[in-house]
Amino acid sequence: MHSYIELEDGTIYHGFSFGYPASVSGEFVFNTGMTGYPETFTDPSYTGQIIVLTYPLIGNYGVPRIEVRDCLASGAESEKAHIEGVVVADYSPEYSHWDAEQSLGDWLKEQKVPGITGIDTRALTKRLRQKGTMLGRIVNDDKLVDFYDPDKENLVAQVSIPEPILYQGGNKKVMLIDCGCKSNIIRSLLDRGVSVLRVPWNYSPSNDKVDGILVSNGPGNPQMYAETIRNLETAMRDGLPIFGICLGHQLLALAAGAETYKLKYGHRSQNQPCVLVGSQRCYITSQNHGYAVDDRTLPADWQHWFFNANDSTNEGVRHRSHPFMGVQFHPEAFPGPNDTAFLFDDFIRQLSS
Amino acid sequence: MSKTVQKVIVLGSAALKIGEAGEFDYSGSQAVKVLKKEGVETLLINPNIATVQTSEHLADRVYFLPVTPPFVEKVIAKERPDGILLSFGGQTALNCGIELHHQGVLNKYDVKVLGTPLQTILDTEDRDRFVKKLTEIDVKTPKSQAVGSLEAALSAAKDLGYPVMVRIAYALGGLGSGLCQDQQQLQELVTKALTYTEQVLIEESLKGWKEVEYEVVRDRFNNCITVCNMENLDPLGIHTGESIVVAPSQTLTNHEYHKLREISIRTIRHLGIIGECNIQFALDPQSHDYRVIEVNARLSRSSALASKATGYPLAAIATKLSLGYGLTEIKNAVTETTMACFEPSLDYVVVKMPRWDLKKFRHVTRRIGTGMKSVGEVMAIGRSFEEALQKVIRMLEIGMEGITDAPKLTDGQMHEQELEKPTDQRLFFIFAAMSKGISIDRIYELTHIDRWFLFKIHKIFSMQQRLLKFSNGIVPSHILLEAKRMGFSDKQIALILKSNENDILSMRDNYNIHPAVKQIDTLAAEFPAKTNYLYLTYHGCEDDVRANGTKTVLILGSGAYRIGSSVEFDWCCVNAVRTLKKLGYRTVIINYNPETVSTDYDECDRLYFDEISLESIREIYRKEEAAGIIVSMGGQIPNTLAPKLHGLGLKVLGTTADAIDRAEDRNKFSSLLDELNIKQPPWIEASSFEEVKAFAKRVGYPLLVRPSYVLSGAAMAVASHEAELAKFLRAAAVISQEHPVVVSKFIQNAKEIEIDAVAKQGEMIVYAISEHIENAGVHSGDATMVLPPQRTYLETIRQIKRIARDIAAALKIHGPFNLQFVAKDNEVRVIECNLRASRSLPFVSKVYRVNFVDMATQVIMGEPVQKIDKSFMELDYVGIKAPQFSFMRLVGADPTVGVEMASTGEVACLGDDFDEAFLKAMLSVGYRLPVHRALISSGPIVSKAELLEDLRGWQQLGVSFYATGGTATFMNRHGVKADSVHWPLEKKQPNALELIQKGGVDLVINIPKNFQEEELTNDYIIRRAAVDYNIPLITNLQLAKRFIEATLKWDFDALPAKSWREYRP
Repeated sequence: MHSYIELEDGTIYHGFSFGYPASVSGEFVFNTGMTGYPETFTDPSYTGQIIVLTYPLIGNYGVPRIEVRDCLASGAESEKAHIEGVVVADYSPEYSHWDAEQSLGDWLKEQKVPGITGIDTRALTKRLRQKGTMLGRIVNDDKLVDFYDPDKENLVAQVSIPEPILYQGGNKKVMLIDCGCKSNIIRSLLDRGVSVLRVPWNYSPSNDKVDGILVSNGPGNPQMYAETIRNLETAMRDGLPIFGICLGHQLLALAAGAETYKLKYGHRSQNQPCVLVGSQRCYITSQNHGYAVDDRTLPADWQHWFFNANDSTNEGVRHRSHPFMGVQFHPEAFPGPNDTAFLFDDFIRQLSS
Repeated sequence: MSKTVQKVIVLGSAALKIGEAGEFDYSGSQAVKVLKKEGVETLLINPNIATVQTSEHLADRVYFLPVTPPFVEKVIAKERPDGILLSFGGQTALNCGIELHHQGVLNKYDVKVLGTPLQTILDTEDRDRFVKKLTEIDVKTPKSQAVGSLEAALSAAKDLGYPVMVRIAYALGGLGSGLCQDQQQLQELVTKALTYTEQVLIEESLKGWKEVEYEVVRDRFNNCITVCNMENLDPLGIHTGESIVVAPSQTLTNHEYHKLREISIRTIRHLGIIGECNIQFALDPQSHDYRVIEVNARLSRSSALASKATGYPLAAIATKLSLGYGLTEIKNAVTETTMACFEPSLDYVVVKMPRWDLKKFRHVTRRIGTGMKSVGEVMAIGRSFEEALQKVIRMLEIGMEGITDAPKLTDGQMHEQELEKPTDQRLFFIFAAMSKGISIDRIYELTHIDRWFLFKIHKIFSMQQRLLKFSNGIVPSHILLEAKRMGFSDKQIALILKSNENDILSMRDNYNIHPAVKQIDTLAAEFPAKTNYLYLTYHGCEDDVRANGTKTVLILGSGAYRIGSSVEFDWCCVNAVRTLKKLGYRTVIINYNPETVSTDYDECDRLYFDEISLESIREIYRKEEAAGIIVSMGGQIPNTLAPKLHGLGLKVLGTTADAIDRAEDRNKFSSLLDELNIKQPPWIEASSFEEVKAFAKRVGYPLLVRPSYVLSGAAMAVASHEAELAKFLRAAAVISQEHPVVVSKFIQNAKEIEIDAVAKQGEMIVYAISEHIENAGVHSGDATMVLPPQRTYLETIRQIKRIARDIAAALKIHGPFNLQFVAKDNEVRVIECNLRASRSLPFVSKVYRVNFVDMATQVIMGEPVQKIDKSFMELDYVGIKAPQFSFMRLVGADPTVGVEMASTGEVACLGDDFDEAFLKAMLSVGYRLPVHRALISSGPIVSKAELLEDLRGWQQLGVSFYATGGTATFMNRHGVKADSVHWPLEKKQPNALELIQKGGVDLVINIPKNFQEEELTNDYIIRRAAVDYNIPLITNLQLAKRFIEATLKWDFDALPAKSWREYRP
């Protein structure tokens, strides 16, 4: 079925509908990962966004069975698709994998997510790169839906959990502030033998006694989440080890007094090289973010930790004397490389003893 | 970084052979380029004169010498380099390096191995140590046992259970490896293997598992990245060089992709590789289970492919890392803004397919498996798998316009066995099976090819069925677009609709359906890139680049390396581009061979990695607003296209398309020769056996027969009498009005001579004449060439010059050309004429130090070029070009030379006299000295007599002889002592076969009794055994004589190691 894309600058791309056959609008972003679409689509950080995949062949291995227990999904990074829509060049309805349960199209239909295929995703990506991230819509049956700007909403409130949940994993306990947390962050902690208290985005850390705090990834503009930032300021005064990932990193930086800004088109990929400041070591990282921490605004008692080798943007900060650290990339991977998984080990080593 | 070396030796991979081909010209060239840029004095040892890496402008000094320890040691002793690079010349260079290490040579002269340490190389090459190393870090390898005897092998297999896999350490291209179903098969394989290796590996079989590879790069700071992963369409059990390969992997989930990636990095760090390597996995298609199959601690065929597939210059980066740079200190060469420490993201799919030439060989088995047989490969880029797959099939140049052409090969038949036991044609039998309605599940059961690939092939089948409905030839635009996006070419659609290519083209023009030009930028458009690396796709709505300026020239590359066309044409293309650039032209290369230097995007202004077809050239020509096309540098493929390109109104530069047609069309060329009073062997084009017989009566036997349609066996043959003629035409060829046969008189005992030349407006401005050592009857590509001629009459040379001048004038040749002659008693006849660069052009250019391609390109572009009147006949040195055969890999093939070309590569060496150059050339292609014991079967009585005095000479030198029946009698009767051995089929002791199997001789001379032995004769068994047991073999009388004579003059140890520059013209 014919379907088309319209961007806010008026550009139109024609293609064919797959997945859920409805019109949808959101912020158009592109992702250059070559594998891992189920993980990508279920990452809550994509809330409000229509994702353009630059790798053209999508759907090849179907979608695995996604099981959810205690709000913890296996087979995916959350219990459902968080993207608003998906744009691909060559969707494959035929799939093949021992682990697959259904085709991507069928799953998207079930998740009520529209897809469009047959698009010159390279041309579209270049447009987004040149003009910056844009609002836009996928139109089916000529039904126009209004452009929608997710940055103006508190998206985290939509994707966080309503009530705290405790996952037993060991003696030490980490409070996980869920801003739209990917499952593998929880698994990465549990696998290392610590218990995880997963709490809502605006939950106060002083409510419970824990050994450390991890602030998760999540969608949207970090400056929207003043409550979380305030809570982190308080937590830092307590001196507990804090580890921020992606949005969590930005929130930590804001709490420290630094500023954030929106990147022209963000980093959404699995091949971002990040250099450890002051060394020759470079790590390949998985990323998904539209905002970044402004290095120049970092207070004196904080230091640059990692920087992006491609465009020199900030990729990590840490406090000079306290165990507070944040990284812009995703050490939990899924999708993407797990080169920086050691950061979880570092964090756990620092938990108060 | 810490550059500590000033002077470095790079080892090349010598002649192109099955398992080691053009990829090492690519990697070696990149290495040399980087070293030069870094200011390191660079020495290159490689006898492969046709390569780009041995060009004058690259290394500081080139040694055209065998890549063997004695010669490399001589160069080291003379040059005293402080570093050596072993990982850019394939297994040949690596093995040579390991030997030099064991012999203590590297230590003695204090030569440092750069990049991956020798210890690591040894750890990866020795299976036992390899497995131990990987076990240390909990990485799984196939269960296996290393054994050194047949008994141990049998017991190991008993432990593991059949089937078992046999592998051999230190082997190039999986040589000698194989799957054994039972004890008997194991016995055969292991016995053979133990004749050339001391260690054999018996391994659990992982048949049907997916085969996945990663290309890994690591620097001395422990930064480690995977640049590319690749998935073999053919599951484990088929060598990756024999497999259809896709990049990136298509059927792996994130979990699988990154799990294997993590294991790759863990393994490579533990092994301590610095530079580049390749790691191969088996992945269970039903679970997360995996095995690491092997690590190649060097640049490989796969790394060349990965470089071209991603745009990441692996060899250049590996060189820099070997010099001590860190990955974070190197820029991404494609974007020029980002860093080399990253993993490319592709926004296209790449499909590689091997090119086999099995039909060139008699008796060869077409089955493919764990050993390599393919002679080259091609790579296609598309934005759907279907698009890339159909492109890659056309690129093979095997007469297939796409997978829908399958019936041409399969005869519309479908045998399940063809699916289960793969041959080089399996892909086409899969399509045939689908046409017959066989289910995808059944095809999967038989092939274990992942269903996803089968689904995609089936989609192409469905599109073919849809197209068939438009029998009126008019296809609606949306369906035509869909078909184009699935890689259907205009010609392919025309074949399906029974219309013609031009009609489809105009229909496409009417609908405005054209491909888009896309860049390969390593980052999937995330950052702006300056890249000039391009491809065409019908999945695009806009071009990434626009035409840029005037004076744009397209240069058509040579396509797949195959028997008869390989690296020499790449050298021609690269050199033509260099000249064009010097002259201020914008250069655009079209080529699709991942093993080439011409497809390095730093060679030209723009590189289209795409088809060399009418359709794609026309599109590129338009988009680039080109001023013209050079068709004469890439061998036969572009040359054949010339008249058609001209017909489409595109400007063909150089010799006119009309002249090319007059030289290519047998009838037209023959009339031209008659007009010019130039002799040629009598010939006819016949459409019935009766006609051929009548012709035979008129001119007499033997006859050279060239059918236009061949069923099986080789295309060309020599018939010595009517029975042979009848047999050949009945068994092997179709002969009819539609498929005529060309028959010509075969002239015996004649010399063969060639001329390579460049003409300007019909006037010859430079030429080189070379003679063959072998008498006429050996294909010029298999002949040993001597430059300048040493044994040709001056009168013959005069005639050749005159003929060349007359033909050049008559065809108004404007560019390079090559003529081949047979000469007997000063009577010269023309047997071949090519109005293009020939195979021998790099050879003559480099021996004479006159770049024929540079001159030709200047001529073509209308530059004033000085005529070179100098005669090269009195050169103070001699150049000898020798063929490299790969019979060892072609199981069953009869290792003789004849009218059909069989060699896969060549070398050339220089010497102060003929014998010196000749011996070095022979040593470069695998002959060994000194000879102590030889087995002689000297063929017909004439050749027995001719060889006798040479054998006597050898006897005086202390060589002892074994000889078969008649030869032994003859030799003993004439005073050359020979121990008589029985023929293999006599099954009596002492037997020739057993002698070879036991390694009782170090050379076999076996001269065939007639031109074309079709049966599995005694001679065949002897020749085949020599090849299988790795004993040098000579089957040509003239070659045998020259070889013996040269060894009588030269002591092996005395052969000097002089660099190219030390020979002055």
